[in-house]
Amino acid sequence: MTSSVKKSRKNLKSQLAQFTGFLFLRLAVYSVLFILLYFFYDIGHQGYQAISWEFISQVPKRGMTEGGIFPAIVGTFLVTLITAIFAVPLGMAAAIYLNEYARAGRLTRLIRLSIRNLAGVPSIVYGLFGVILFVNMLKFGTSVLSAGLTLGLLTLPWTITASEEALKSVPDSYREGALALGATKWQMIRTNVLPYSIPGMLTGAVLGLARAAGETAPIMFTGAAFYLPFLPRSLKDQFMALPYHLYIMATQHHAIDKARPLAYGTALVLIVFVVLFNLGAILLRARLRKKWRH
Amino acid sequence: MESSYIAIPEGQPKIQVENLSLSYGPKLVLKNISLVIPEHRVTAIIGPSGCGKSSLVRVLNRMNDLIPEARVEGRVLIDGENIYDRDVDLVALRKKVGMVFQKPNPFPKSIFDNIAYGLKIGNHRSRAELEQIVERSLRQAALWDEVKDRLHQNALKLSGGQQQRLCIARALAVEPEIILFDEPCSAIDPIATAKVEELIHQLKKDYTVVIVTHNMQQAARVSDYTAFLWLGELLEYDRTEKIFTNPANKMTEDYITGRFG
Repeated sequence: MTSSVKKSRKNLKSQLAQFTGFLFLRLAVYSVLFILLYFFYDIGHQGYQAISWEFISQVPKRGMTEGGIFPAIVGTFLVTLITAIFAVPLGMAAAIYLNEYARAGRLTRLIRLSIRNLAGVPSIVYGLFGVILFVNMLKFGTSVLSAGLTLGLLTLPWTITASEEALKSVPDSYREGALALGATKWQMIRTNVLPYSIPGMLTGAVLGLARAAGETAPIMFTGAAFYLPFLPRSLKDQFMALPYHLYIMATQHHAIDKARPLAYGTALVLIVFVVLFNLGAILLRARLRKKWRH
Repeated sequence: MESSYIAIPEGQPKIQVENLSLSYGPKLVLKNISLVIPEHRVTAIIGPSGCGKSSLVRVLNRMNDLIPEARVEGRVLIDGENIYDRDVDLVALRKKVGMVFQKPNPFPKSIFDNIAYGLKIGNHRSRAELEQIVERSLRQAALWDEVKDRLHQNALKLSGGQQQRLCIARALAVEPEIILFDEPCSAIDPIATAKVEELIHQLKKDYTVVIVTHNMQQAARVSDYTAFLWLGELLEYDRTEKIFTNPANKMTEDYITGRFG
């Protein structure tokens, strides 16, 4: 007896189930895509009208109804830089310790679980913690330093988790092979684990920084200023930042209608900033992969 | 527990395993094993899957240390020194006792850098010296003619059999005295297997070789002595000829004639 491979009534039901299943999945993707595209269109369209050379290069004027957002661009750049200097090396080091040195046991599991949980703590809580620790206890005042460190704490769980994932992606056979050739543990990590995990680590770190650059709550009590027509001169100075400026323009301004175009312009600049950041991460990863793989 | 069966082979003893037991947590993997492995000979360890063959060779260069719950009792003497003493330098031990793994594990570096890896992490050597050792090791592993024009190509581009010979060359480059092979041919094709076996034959002139294999023909072909492990116990250890023609133990006979395994 031979069986036919043609479509038939017998397998109609499973075909129908497959069709409706995929239809549902497809609709889910399309609706997410639509929301995202509409969002970009709205911000892009409205923001584009506000953007000019003056908007990028001038300080805000006339009660922030005219002028530009130059101090906020520089401020966000500076605070992200401080965050990176603080959180990236610390996060990588912690991940290396947890993944390569710490004995797998209850304590390590607990530490790892706590770190995962910290990633879910609301950012306003980090803001308040930053006020207590950096502004008051360590006496850094409300400053770009305090804000950068607070954002650093916020990104640490992400950096550590991403770095650990990158380390886990290195096969154990590289570790065993190195040790069997007489490498010490640190030599093994330095020469045969880190080179293959650093691209992934840096990507995770940059994505974390992009998120930090867009945060408002952690910086509003720790160093971001409402209005500051000049740039910070030292780490102890206050600064303007794009997300906080946007928050003010959109909700706290005395003449919301007049400020609205500028708010859209600020939003567009912030989004471009974050997109460039992520793009940089992708390019960096591609370059490092190429360099270390061959 | 009574001591397991010990055969003392002729020749200079290189490794002496004395009343060795190994457990992973509550699980006893090797039970009171004693055997003497002679210098410049090939010793095969055979037995069904899960009998502890791989665990036994991993005791000999302390790779089991990587498993947190592994616990070792008894002594393992190499050239008369107990490698489980407190003052043992693991780096020196692993330079002396090289290892080739079941699955070829070239590092994602160039062929040259793979071979030079063990040398670079050790003493600093000149470029000329490195080149000389790389060539010598690749020749020893019968790989030189196939790769001499592309030493700076990524080692991952080699075929499986070439990768395994690369791993052998890499182990040889640090000038060990003992080489452990943990089922070196289980992931490569028959022709590549024949090359590796031929190589093992050559190596015993200068090295002491211990090979774990699940392939009895392979044990018969390459080894001088054969140890038969069963459920963590050493049931029989003797000259390979004797084991395969006239085994003393009924279990050994049943295993090599294919009645179980």
